[in-house]
Amino acid sequence: MALLEVSGLGKRFGGFVALDGIDFAVAAGERVGLIGPNGSGKSTLVNCICGTLANDSGTVHFDGAPIGGFKAHQRTRLGLARSFQLPRPFMSLTVAGNLRVPMVYTVNARGGRHLSAADIDARCAELLQLVGLAPKADRFPRDLTQVEMRKLELARAMAAEPKLLIADEAMAGLSQAEVSEIVALLIDLNKRGITIILIEHIMRAVMSFSERLVVLVSGKKIADGRPDVVIQDPEVERAYLGQ
Amino acid sequence: MRSSTFVLICTAIAAAVFALARWYGNEYAFFAGYVVLQFIVLATAWNILGGYTGYVNFGSAAFFAVGAYTSIFFHKFYPLPIPVLIVLGGVLSGLIGLGMGYLTLRLRGAFFAIGTLALAVVLQTLVTNWTYVGGARGAYVLRPNEMEFIGPYIQYLFLLMLALTVFALSVARGIERSQLGYGFATIRDDELAAEASGVPTLRLKLIATTISGGLMGMAGAPFPYYLGYVQPSSAFGLEYAVNAIAMPMIGGTTSWVGPLIGAILLATIQQWATVTISSELGVLIVGVLLVGFVVLAPKGIVGLVGGWRRGRSG
Repeated sequence: MALLEVSGLGKRFGGFVALDGIDFAVAAGERVGLIGPNGSGKSTLVNCICGTLANDSGTVHFDGAPIGGFKAHQRTRLGLARSFQLPRPFMSLTVAGNLRVPMVYTVNARGGRHLSAADIDARCAELLQLVGLAPKADRFPRDLTQVEMRKLELARAMAAEPKLLIADEAMAGLSQAEVSEIVALLIDLNKRGITIILIEHIMRAVMSFSERLVVLVSGKKIADGRPDVVIQDPEVERAYLGQ
Repeated sequence: MRSSTFVLICTAIAAAVFALARWYGNEYAFFAGYVVLQFIVLATAWNILGGYTGYVNFGSAAFFAVGAYTSIFFHKFYPLPIPVLIVLGGVLSGLIGLGMGYLTLRLRGAFFAIGTLALAVVLQTLVTNWTYVGGARGAYVLRPNEMEFIGPYIQYLFLLMLALTVFALSVARGIERSQLGYGFATIRDDELAAEASGVPTLRLKLIATTISGGLMGMAGAPFPYYLGYVQPSSAFGLEYAVNAIAMPMIGGTTSWVGPLIGAILLATIQQWATVTISSELGVLIVGVLLVGFVVLAPKGIVGLVGGWRRGRSG
């Protein structure tokens, strides 16, 4: 059964149709790439799935249950985490403090397992090690570089111990080496059992990461399938390269 | 330091302050000290919403007045001891805070501030037209001259405000060190990211408006007994709204120490200016200091001291 199931999702801003009847599903453990030209509705789709925006029509099911009326923080607690396109760290908290927030407010709020203060410190150290930010644990976000900021953004999403991670343009503006680093990190996370949707413009990253590719153009899904097949699709080529 | 230790130390300091004031023996010290303490409570209350979550409340005077008018109402309806009135005033203004939160917390920045200002105007209009509590003419409260065991009534009021100050500071410090304070900080920094990290932002903001409003009302409840006469323009006075914002801003908004320092400093300067020069000068001083601090030291005195200490150690 699908972990995430979106059907007939629609969203308008005034007269502008941002999303028009989107259907797509993601199975547990999958690595899905979501691409499309600027303004095609990728971020709006993420916002509707995560509860930042309310969709006008259609439904979103997560883990078998409809989550339509749920607020963003409730969806995070269900296991649906995201990183933001532009990093949005908590500026007054340290790097480690940033990771502590989802542990306290999501993992401990889920009920069942309760992380003690010592558990939380250990988890923070472990996550920072994983993304290579361990030496900066006690620094503030303003001291970080762009790439470190993006790693913090991913680590904070990870700290919520999600089932599904949506990474919204985690690599824009990074160098080739940095892109490879983040792709490797995401694949590693996936191997640990987390389903990942990657939204990205950098085709090299998308192609090396994705097991499946979904293409949005002007709020409509125009392709969905194996990356090498989708990329050959004449419609996709037309959308990206023009006629 | 544990919270219980903190409360004990605060209580000890408060007792020392009271003993010192009695030893000094000047009745005016109690009158002036009461005002300073009242502003510590107001500034600390404002900071719980304005400093910790970043929502600027321009309507502090309204919450203060709700406390004051709760006392006036019960004074006429069914007289109660002041500690009870403080609790009642706190509950009522806390509920108004909760209601204000529901109505305005979907707004951010300047829009929220304007919403709180509007609330103050609406409440003042209501009170001005409510003749039972004196309407525009105001209401007199006859207070006894003496209080058993304590002596002059002003000393009793001073003692109550001292206790309220210890309570407000303990609440603020408790919040700061709890999970709640952690959540408040994420709201101040970035609400969208806070939601995405699982923080129930609306619920936390409502908790903040309720606690903040409640403490302001508690500060206002003894006010009619302090002055003996209350009219809408004094209870809803501009100086409460301005001072409640200026004191935390000047002291520093990120910790409980800031409003304490800011209130002691500003209220003392104002009391001094009122006696030696003119009562009008007080507001001017606050204005000039506020502008100066916002431009030169946006993190207030606490920020300045912190920066200086870091500079020395690093």
